[in-house]
Amino acid sequence: MKGFELTMNKPWDSTSEHLLRELAPQVLGSIVRRFRDFSAAEDAVQEAMIAAFTQWPQEGIPENPRGWLIQVASRRITDQLRSEISRREREAEVARDADTIAPADIEPDMDMDPDDTLILLFMCCHPALTSSSAIALTLRAIGGLTTAEIARAFLVPEATMAQRISRAKQNIKSSGATFRLPSPPERTERLPAVLHVLYLIFNEGYASSSGAQLQRLDLAREAIRLTRSAKTLLPDNAEVAGLLALMLLTDARRAARTGPNEELIPLDKQDRSLWDRSEISEGVELLAAALSKGNVGLYQLQAAVAAVHDEASRAQDTDWPQILALYELLKRVSPGPMVTLNHAIAAAMVHGPAKGLELLKPLDTDARLADHYRLDAVRGHLLEMLGDHERAIHHYRIAAGRTTSLPEQNYLMTQAARLAEKKAQ
Amino acid sequence: MKYILMMNTMKAGHGVPQWNQKDLQAHIAFMMGLNKELRQSGELVSAEGLSFPDQAKLVRAGKDGTPITDGVFPESKEFLAGYWIVDVDSPERAYTIAAKASAAPGPGGDPLNMPIEVRPIMSGPPPEML
Repeated sequence: MKGFELTMNKPWDSTSEHLLRELAPQVLGSIVRRFRDFSAAEDAVQEAMIAAFTQWPQEGIPENPRGWLIQVASRRITDQLRSEISRREREAEVARDADTIAPADIEPDMDMDPDDTLILLFMCCHPALTSSSAIALTLRAIGGLTTAEIARAFLVPEATMAQRISRAKQNIKSSGATFRLPSPPERTERLPAVLHVLYLIFNEGYASSSGAQLQRLDLAREAIRLTRSAKTLLPDNAEVAGLLALMLLTDARRAARTGPNEELIPLDKQDRSLWDRSEISEGVELLAAALSKGNVGLYQLQAAVAAVHDEASRAQDTDWPQILALYELLKRVSPGPMVTLNHAIAAAMVHGPAKGLELLKPLDTDARLADHYRLDAVRGHLLEMLGDHERAIHHYRIAAGRTTSLPEQNYLMTQAARLAEKKAQ
Repeated sequence: MKYILMMNTMKAGHGVPQWNQKDLQAHIAFMMGLNKELRQSGELVSAEGLSFPDQAKLVRAGKDGTPITDGVFPESKEFLAGYWIVDVDSPERAYTIAAKASAAPGPGGDPLNMPIEVRPIMSGPPPEML
């Protein structure tokens, strides 16, 4: 640690973890450039991160944290490659040129390249990966999270998560991907996949943020942080900004979304004073700037819907005609059964439940949604609005039987029970 | 998506299966291999084997809440022999794993083709849909 130990270390505080994680992709970029082996470099940086998480809280933050991490990671990877070589030599195979693995003297900021994080993002969200492995690798390589933390967040054993990550790296390797920034047309083509991975991380965190899961890592926050850095790297892309806005405008309602017993509280029953005003205003601002670029996409439109909800001070003040118009746009930009479903809800709020029910009909023959609980849940809701409680109960119960979300199931069964009691009175 | 794969193959009154050594070892090796494969694919959440039905007790609460145990089961009752919990990307993948487990070798090395019950495990709240 020559050169670093003479300087006074800064104390570790609540912001330090954030700082350390921000450094992870930068350090990884440097190590990949130096050793040209993404998989080994990623392992080495993970070990350096763990060393930092162990040592820094006690010993303070080194004067040059990035240099420290690069040095530790370089040493790890050198050791690893050395033992690899001696193994190969024992096996009388051709040894690699030892010069390529000589530990470089660290010039900490010499090889810093802001594009590294972007390259890594495209690499971790590579089309050769399944979404679960892309998520895991992104959280580790770019989010700077440890395997143990990611495993806890997804409630799987650490060994399983470690394997998932190592498999992901093997797949990237066998796909022949190299450490370079995709060309602009390739970037345009692959960006939706990257944004989708970030969106899935957010949803996973948002879905599991309540009560019993409090010990888990806050994946929603992590997704927001990663999307923020994606936005810094791609400042002119309106969809990246749209996704960040969507996350903020959704996350703003988090505290109001579940009750004391973790029961789901639907939007129209939420205590709006619990909504996070600063997230709402940041989201609205981001969205306005994105929309002004004139390249409207899926995430911006979803963010716009979220913004209309967030800006209503009471549920009855919601500007449903505006939401309906946004879903009509969404149907053109990104048609799909979920959009049709949400469009039907908006239409019901503007033109009455009969209109909504009529718009749901084509979905019965849509294989992507026909057995999905959400179609029955929405139908139950619209039938209740119409006053047809008998059939509403029927559909709430079908939906309750089909969902695999426990809070949603409890909610839907309660809806059915409430209407059944009303009928009995 | 997490799924539980349940092997409901034990019958009450039946003890340890009396297979020959070779068949038994082939079966055990197959199961260990399957677990290893699932660990390596990053999909295994847990896998457990359960004791034989003669260790099972049926418990109900008595009037004052004290446990009343009963251990005599009709011969036809099926017991859970073991289960896997896997975290996979699609239901089809869970079925593929179940089919593999189902074909574990039995006496004479022939596949047992055991029924494996596959059920989704309930999750937390869904993402908020607007």
